[in-house]
Amino acid sequence: MPVSPLPKWADICLLPLINLSAAFIVSGCIIALIGENPFVAMGVMFKGAFIYKGAFGYTLYYATNFIFTGLAVAVAFHAMLFNIGGEGQAMIGGLGIGLIILACESFFPPFFVILLAIIFAGCFGAIWGFIPGYLQAKRGSHIVITTIMFNFIAASLLVWLLAGPLIAPGQMSPETRSFAEGIKLAQIHDILAVMGIKIAPTPLNISFLFAIFACFCVWILIWHTKLGYIIRVIGHSSRAAIYAGHNATHIIVITMAISGGLAGLMSLNEILGVQGRVILNFTSGYGFTGIAVALMGRNHPLGIFCACLLFGALYQGGAELDFAFQTITRDMVLMIQGLIILFSGAFAYLFRPALEKLFWRVSIWVSKRRHNG
Amino acid sequence: MADIWLQFILTIDATCRLSAPLILCAMAGLFSERSGIIDISLEGKMLMAAFVAATIASLTGSAWMALISAVCVSVGLSLIHGFACITHKGNQVVSGLAINILASGLSVTLAIAIFAQGGLTPLLSKSERFLSIIFPFAHDIGSFFGLGTIYRELLSGHNFLVWLAFFSVFVTSFILFQTSFGLRLRAVGENPEAVDTAGISVSSTRYQAVIITGILCGLAGTYLSVAHGAGFVREMTAGKGYIALAALIFGNWRPLPVLLACCMFGFLDAVATRLQGVDIFGLGQIPTDLILVLPYLLTVIVLAGFIGTSRPPQALGVPYVKER
Repeated sequence: MPVSPLPKWADICLLPLINLSAAFIVSGCIIALIGENPFVAMGVMFKGAFIYKGAFGYTLYYATNFIFTGLAVAVAFHAMLFNIGGEGQAMIGGLGIGLIILACESFFPPFFVILLAIIFAGCFGAIWGFIPGYLQAKRGSHIVITTIMFNFIAASLLVWLLAGPLIAPGQMSPETRSFAEGIKLAQIHDILAVMGIKIAPTPLNISFLFAIFACFCVWILIWHTKLGYIIRVIGHSSRAAIYAGHNATHIIVITMAISGGLAGLMSLNEILGVQGRVILNFTSGYGFTGIAVALMGRNHPLGIFCACLLFGALYQGGAELDFAFQTITRDMVLMIQGLIILFSGAFAYLFRPALEKLFWRVSIWVSKRRHNG
Repeated sequence: MADIWLQFILTIDATCRLSAPLILCAMAGLFSERSGIIDISLEGKMLMAAFVAATIASLTGSAWMALISAVCVSVGLSLIHGFACITHKGNQVVSGLAINILASGLSVTLAIAIFAQGGLTPLLSKSERFLSIIFPFAHDIGSFFGLGTIYRELLSGHNFLVWLAFFSVFVTSFILFQTSFGLRLRAVGENPEAVDTAGISVSSTRYQAVIITGILCGLAGTYLSVAHGAGFVREMTAGKGYIALAALIFGNWRPLPVLLACCMFGFLDAVATRLQGVDIFGLGQIPTDLILVLPYLLTVIVLAGFIGTSRPPQALGVPYVKER
């Protein structure tokens, strides 16, 4: 029997919500399995993410990281390129920040140094995205595998540099020396305090505003520029793009460079906004969360922003869960994240046939009632 | 002279121990990828299998029960991956990634829930593990022109999973290239339309391949926590699944070259720890990180086509849709 396609709002909002609910239901079952009450746990997560003092600030701070990595994955995905290298690109971006600040922090005023750091974060991340992109475009190496390998190479590079040439003199732990006073991104709670609004101190800093600006820029780029149009054409059919006269190699390389640059900017939040020095493992899995966020947000900046709020809440709520329950740690968040990726990515259209049938049945019922009454 | 020979043999011995999980995982990936399903989730399956093996060994005291349950769990995860990729034609890379992340979180969560030791399982005693198989007269045999050293250190003293790993390469090669099941499996990975036209179900062949993948990954995970180690530690696999994937690509999806690639990566791992702090012929100290990054670097170089051409199965990663 013919079934009409889903209305647009159901496809964009309802189906992702159903996938999300499925992930949460499975997580709830596992929480129940380990002996805790899933509803209490969800309540604690919600309060920990939004209600408690300073919670929302932390949620937004985590969300900033995910916005950058999510945008990176989304931009590449529009060209049908799967950029899993967000972790590595963010690491190299952070390395870039560290290198430029440590090299010239005493020569220039802080504002200029921070500006340089932003540029270097983006450029270094772009280079780390450019190389796999070039290998895919020119030599046909599958971008998924090369980006995975580049993640590991970046991690090793960072370890070697931080334990060797870049280590702060006279200390054992692998990290650079702290940046000079004043070379740090302004914290939001400080800015609000100047304006007279008092909120609890959180690591939330102005890179959150950069992230929102990046969302806006990506939206303009993908849907309102010629380059974005060509990227989307390549994503749908690279043959059509070549037939139309575009250079697929150039576009793939440029897309991966932009993607890498966005991921590199993520390190601004961590290194320049919070840590004040380059440390090991500051990306702590945020690159992979970016993939989840892009999948959930259907590669659109607005969807990504909403998904990032959700994941930020998950991470912050997870920290609260860790605190409140003895049997649960932050690894629970990893598990929920895995389930969300599974249901939003691999099983994305699992519920679609059932939903289509439901809509069809409802429309028949509505038209029958209209006919009778 | 005898000392250098001993050191060399001991390094080869360590290579065997370190490459056994890589070999099992790579063979697992071989079955999956040869049938056309990209499998990024080797890491996650191995991790989950390691956790389940350590848990069951701790709770029941039997290593064989641990092996069986680890294989079952790994096959379960494989079937989830297969269901997402084969029946629902979902994105295979995403599914693999999801299983990896899920396994990372779930293993530690369950470990804490069951044992409350911060993500570890209790240390396993000797009776709960697979122990080394000592060959007869191994301790008594002398040096005998160096051959005695080979017998004593290299051949004797491995546990049966290491022997199984090396044996699995020949079994895999036999199955893939000498049986009709293997022919169907390879055909499904190269040209599923032709196989479908011949009347063979593409999905059930792929499901069978994915189940074999699960079995081999389960063996690899069991080896890590019940034979090589004595319990489960969080993130125990430490990227071995990705190195196995790299070896698979490096070996051009053929069993014997993949075995050699795994042994080479295992050798690099064994050598990295031994060469720490050692001066080499005036070159100075080789940084451990450089040696440990070599598997990934070499894979990228192979993928870029600088060492021979990379020939993946033609239908790799493309979900098969039956045309009407």
